[in-house]
Amino acid sequence: MSADTPLVNDPDAHANPPVDGSELIRLDHVTKRFGSNTVLDDLDFSVESGKHVTLIGPSGSGKTTILRLLMTLTKPDEGTITVDGEQLFPAPEKRVREIRKKIGMVFQQFNLFPNMTVLRNITEAPVTVLGMPKDEAEARALELLDLVGLADKADARPTRLSGGQQQRVAIARALAMRPQVLLLDEVTSALDPELVAGVLDVLRDIARTTDITMLCVTHEMNFARDISDQVLMFDAGKVIESGPPERIFGDPEQQRTREFLGAIL
Amino acid sequence: MNWDWNAVRDFMPYFWDGLAVSLQALLLGSLISFGLGLVWALLMRAPTRWVRWPVGTVTEFVRDTPLLVQLFFLFYVLPEWGLTFSALTTGVLAIGLHYSTYTMQVYRAGIEAVPVGQWEAATALNLPVRRTWTAVILPQAIRRVVPALGNYVIAMLKDTPILMVITVLELLGQARLFSQQHFQFTEPITVIGVAFVLISYPASLLIRALERRLVR
Repeated sequence: MSADTPLVNDPDAHANPPVDGSELIRLDHVTKRFGSNTVLDDLDFSVESGKHVTLIGPSGSGKTTILRLLMTLTKPDEGTITVDGEQLFPAPEKRVREIRKKIGMVFQQFNLFPNMTVLRNITEAPVTVLGMPKDEAEARALELLDLVGLADKADARPTRLSGGQQQRVAIARALAMRPQVLLLDEVTSALDPELVAGVLDVLRDIARTTDITMLCVTHEMNFARDISDQVLMFDAGKVIESGPPERIFGDPEQQRTREFLGAIL
Repeated sequence: MNWDWNAVRDFMPYFWDGLAVSLQALLLGSLISFGLGLVWALLMRAPTRWVRWPVGTVTEFVRDTPLLVQLFFLFYVLPEWGLTFSALTTGVLAIGLHYSTYTMQVYRAGIEAVPVGQWEAATALNLPVRRTWTAVILPQAIRRVVPALGNYVIAMLKDTPILMVITVLELLGQARLFSQQHFQFTEPITVIGVAFVLISYPASLLIRALERRLVR
């Protein structure tokens, strides 16, 4: 990695580099229903640039839906979502594409493209979306693979890799787009227990060494405690408690939070 | 019934001519059905029903009428509209169009079998819609449907004799021509029957091998 171009996210790459601490993501009165089931109920919250925010709570409490809304994989029924000052729903396709460039996502099921090599999984979007020259994209992809400890797997097919290795490739693929925000959707839930640590170590490293904003849905409470600036406890589509990890894990105010943490720790 | 090897020997020049025409019709008919079927399948995913409805209706109509009727229609009716093709061209178009209404369903199944996570990853990476189709979805969908398409190629091969009725001299047409000239029926019909087996059976073995390799 050369000193003048940060590998993972490069503030100079964006027209208006966000000042650390400014509001990057904002949800106002967001409601999302699936049929008669309200998964997000009049939700308000915001994330400051550079912060690491972890969403915890029981399954079905709407955590993943927030990430999916930000990634434009689903639409809110009510409310507004703003990313870096630009409103997302409704927005013309061109603006949606610009906003999406600022956001990367890693999925529970990895979702690597099985028809491409590991290297091309990582170079595909930088080349076709950002117009990066192929050799530059490949050089960066190799650096990112090195970062996630898989430099020797560049030419492998994703299906030949273990789940943990696939997930680390998926992290490298998301980072290759130099996003300002990284969305992590239960990225270790589909992994065998012995593979979880390798993935979390990579994410800890990224959290420590970059100024990338992270929004993380996880059941790994030690990891959440290590990396988070703020923890949000969800229940039934609402944030019932939020605060720094020391307080949420050490001295939660809500009975519901205590029950949840007691059940999974 | 007498079997006459001399008749077989005399028939062989006819046979090779017929085989060349049959394989030509099969190859071109397959290419048309593969290409057109994919176009139908993609149009059926258009966001507006003003595209889906006409495509759905036309392809359903073609699928529900006999190939033989379509063949007669193209051969006798198109010239009245000023469109005149050779018999072989007409036959290739008829077979290609008819089978495209089957291959479109194969493609549809293949496209639907691509996990939704692949679409979501493409969206998350901001890939343009066209690129998502060409680089992510179709390579995975087509890989899955190669064996099913292969089965339709074999079905098409066995439908090529139908072209005889519009005067195309494919295998069956050549056998009939030889029979009329030499008054020997058993040998040419038997030879082309065996030829169909010798092509179809290895082809079906090949498809089964492909199926094991490609479909997981």
